Amino acid sequence: MARLNTPEELDHFRKELISKRDPKNPCISICAGAGCVASGAADVIQAFKETIKKEGLAATVDTKGTGCPGFCEQGPIVVIYPDEICYVQVKAEDVAEIIEKTIKENIPVDRLLYKDPVTGEKAVKESDIAFYRSQERNVLCNNIKIDSRNIDDYLAIGGYTALAKALGDMSALDVLETVKQSNLRGRGGAGFPAGRKWEGSRLAADPIKYVIVNADEGDPGAFMDRALLEGNPHSILEGLIIGGYAIGAHEGYFYVRQEYPLAVENIHLAIQQAREYGLIGENILDSGFDFEVFVHQGAGAFVCGESTALMTSLEGKVGEPRPKYIRSNLKGLWNHPSVLNNVETWANVPLIINNGADWFASIGTDSSKGTKIFSLVGKIANTGLVEVPMGMSLTDIIFKIGGGIPNGKAFKAVQTGGPSGGCIPAEKLNLPVGFDELTQAGSMMGSGGMIVMDEDTCMVDVARYFIAFLTEESCGKCVPCREGLRQMHRILTDITQGKGQAGDLELLEELSETAVEASLCALGKSAPNPFLSTLRYFREEYEAHINEKRCPALSCRELVSYTIDPQKCQACMICARKCPVDAIDGGKRKIHIIDQERCTRCGTCLEVCPPRFNAVTKLSGEPIPEPPSEEARMITKKSKKE
Amino acid sequence: MDFERVDQIIDRYNGEESALLQIMLEIQSENNWLPKEVLERVSKKLAVPLTRIQHIATFYKAFSLVPKGRHKIHICMGTACHVRGAARVLEKVEDMTGIQPGETDLDLKFSLETVNCLGCCALGPVMEVDGKVHGKMSPVKTGDALETYK
Amino acid sequence: MSQIQFEIDGKNVTAEAGMTILEVAQQEGIYIPTLCHHEKLEPYGGCRICIVEVEEKGWTKLVVACVFPVKNDIRVQTRSPKVDRIRKTIIELLMAHAPDSPALVELAETYGAQTNRFVKDPSFCIHCGLCVRYCAEVAQKHAIGFVDRGIHKEISFNPEIAARECNDCKECFPLCPTSYLQAVFVYTQSLSFP
Repeated sequence: MARLNTPEELDHFRKELISKRDPKNPCISICAGAGCVASGAADVIQAFKETIKKEGLAATVDTKGTGCPGFCEQGPIVVIYPDEICYVQVKAEDVAEIIEKTIKENIPVDRLLYKDPVTGEKAVKESDIAFYRSQERNVLCNNIKIDSRNIDDYLAIGGYTALAKALGDMSALDVLETVKQSNLRGRGGAGFPAGRKWEGSRLAADPIKYVIVNADEGDPGAFMDRALLEGNPHSILEGLIIGGYAIGAHEGYFYVRQEYPLAVENIHLAIQQAREYGLIGENILDSGFDFEVFVHQGAGAFVCGESTALMTSLEGKVGEPRPKYIRSNLKGLWNHPSVLNNVETWANVPLIINNGADWFASIGTDSSKGTKIFSLVGKIANTGLVEVPMGMSLTDIIFKIGGGIPNGKAFKAVQTGGPSGGCIPAEKLNLPVGFDELTQAGSMMGSGGMIVMDEDTCMVDVARYFIAFLTEESCGKCVPCREGLRQMHRILTDITQGKGQAGDLELLEELSETAVEASLCALGKSAPNPFLSTLRYFREEYEAHINEKRCPALSCRELVSYTIDPQKCQACMICARKCPVDAIDGGKRKIHIIDQERCTRCGTCLEVCPPRFNAVTKLSGEPIPEPPSEEARMITKKSKKE
Repeated sequence: MDFERVDQIIDRYNGEESALLQIMLEIQSENNWLPKEVLERVSKKLAVPLTRIQHIATFYKAFSLVPKGRHKIHICMGTACHVRGAARVLEKVEDMTGIQPGETDLDLKFSLETVNCLGCCALGPVMEVDGKVHGKMSPVKTGDALETYK
Repeated sequence: MSQIQFEIDGKNVTAEAGMTILEVAQQEGIYIPTLCHHEKLEPYGGCRICIVEVEEKGWTKLVVACVFPVKNDIRVQTRSPKVDRIRKTIIELLMAHAPDSPALVELAETYGAQTNRFVKDPSFCIHCGLCVRYCAEVAQKHAIGFVDRGIHKEISFNPEIAARECNDCKECFPLCPTSYLQAVFVYTQSLSFP
């Protein structure tokens, strides 16, 4: 790999790369992200490569494993360019047919096309799929087009033009001003204006400065950063180098969580390849700017996603947060000015430099500019990564893009912002998505997790779940978080088990105030949010649990009972056989009854009762109906209906 | 793990104190656990108090101070997986292996941990064994998958 | 060293830049309760009981006095209904561990805290960190440290070092507000170096 010493050499090399690629030649892109690999993508890629070679097509047909486009539930995903024909749930056995029909004769293979779960329509092109249609995939669009382990692919689609422009045509101050004017706000959770953060560091007198990528995506349910780290690592790296230039930092760090081994690998590879091309190192593109990049892995601590804890961890210590009375852009890593930003924030920087601050500011709302990637998961038909302009309503995201709630269930709430966020109920769904709008509704944007919940989700259990999570992840240094969450967890668990008492809600609110006001870091300060927001919108569920020992969603195990409707039971014996504790009594023509003393409420009987009988019901807070008498339990031939 | 290998790893990071976590991660990855003598060696070579190393080894969940099993099972308990029934998958694994999260069975065959989000949320519930991700798990599928591991 | 001028509990004071609110308050004879603070140790900011209200540029916020650096023209209130409420809850949370600790009992009286507000926990360590920090920063023997995190966090002696050093030192013993330290020491000693 020859070093590219000037912007002109880079441009020339890029043109050469493009000229060698005929856009008319088919290119088979198979997603090689962690999700699709879990569904068997590695075999699919292998099958394609082998079959293409066998058929002697390797000269004109390109096959590559690419980055993650975020449509994981439908994986393995295959997109065939230039026509953008998109196949879903592809298996290695399908490869031969795809090559015969689509590559050789340009005919789509109908059974592999995506079928809309609501309309039933089949989509041939990727852009026909309703899931993608309303999205504006400025940041994510390239994932499926490039082999993220090959820097040439990134260069061919225009990668590193922003770096060349920044270093060659712009001063460091120009770059800073551009980012400021774009109004880019951090995508990691707090939404702090990136330009202002950068400026603070730039103006600091200390000559040693750092830029840091927070790739410790810890919010459960969020995988936007994973897709970018695995699927387009250069976009983040390019942003980081530009940021270093803007503030005068010569060292950059990636802090990647070790639970993402593919991301760690791809980042290392990207840095190595960029260094070979001279895009990292000394005198980058003849600008006089030196920049080095290091990669550190996390070691399994959610709290290390907090910026001061992350820096402490980078210093080789336990991830305990530090007070932020002096901001870390002034005293951060080793007490030097440090700009820490989220993966997605960095990935937006090259786009802003290339297209201009005005372009970025033209997308979104007054206070939230640009696009945001959300991970739309949970009880939703189209699960995956969604990139939309800020200001789109939650209704559109969940129903137009997400396809609504499956299995005919009713929407109940959408949880945003991870463990620091809250739940937004149906009446607030027309809320435009934006930093301030979500905060006012009692939640927050967070890193972009969007977990959809339906009528079967118990909101008290949701609060308990998040508090349990944070109790385990708390660093334990300060009392309000460590002790406060410990007690909140106890009380909430008691409530879900029917042991709630009068005064519990007030006690929880008091503990919430202490945690919010007195915790050392944002983990503790935002920990009560899931509880406070569910209390705000679903107070009646809490009251039902405490006062009536009833779970309205029929979810909390200790508060539900299972019973078999004697009118519907056909004595098929399936549930009796499957019951793990032999709590069901019944025979071939004898209506089954559940022994409530033995029943552990595992829910197996409900799961296995054939849908045409639908004889098992869940109850909560009401008395269990008396079982029928022994004679009434015998089914005679007359009453056996179908 | 012999001290020569430990020293090699430390030297690759130029004996820098800030690389402590990375050094320990490499040792953990190669050796499967962090024996006390190895930690004492690291403490000596990096001139870092052993108490700090022990705090790190217990604070971060990637490290283990006891030998781990041949097969490492990670059950994702992230929100998306939780909402789709991860708790029942965990129960099934606990039943089949006889161990709880944080434990290793007596044959050193399986080690079980819960993880807070592997980033494969669209495929929930997710179980990862030896780095291989199994998606869309149910109690039955979990049982089948675990049977394949010797 | 530049001079900072600000107001604390209605009193105008002058301090040197770099001092914390707690340092200035102690200098001025204004009492702010502490549990994890010690003049020989780096400020910790763990117990949060020294929390005070600070008004800066029209905005009021709560900060911990032991760590917050003084700034010009701020107004500090060491007591207020909110501050008192939070201190009371902190005391009650700690009393779930160590209801008999003299320091906590005294604070409980001042703030009207109830000993039995919260479900008790078996460990009576309140994680002030004084023992660990003293051994690391002053004695520099590193005989005791923390292990684990969150609600599982504990203090733990290194038996080899403790066997060698502690019997001739024990300077950390008087620092422990709950005597949990002494209990752990005796336990470690009986197991490892009787």
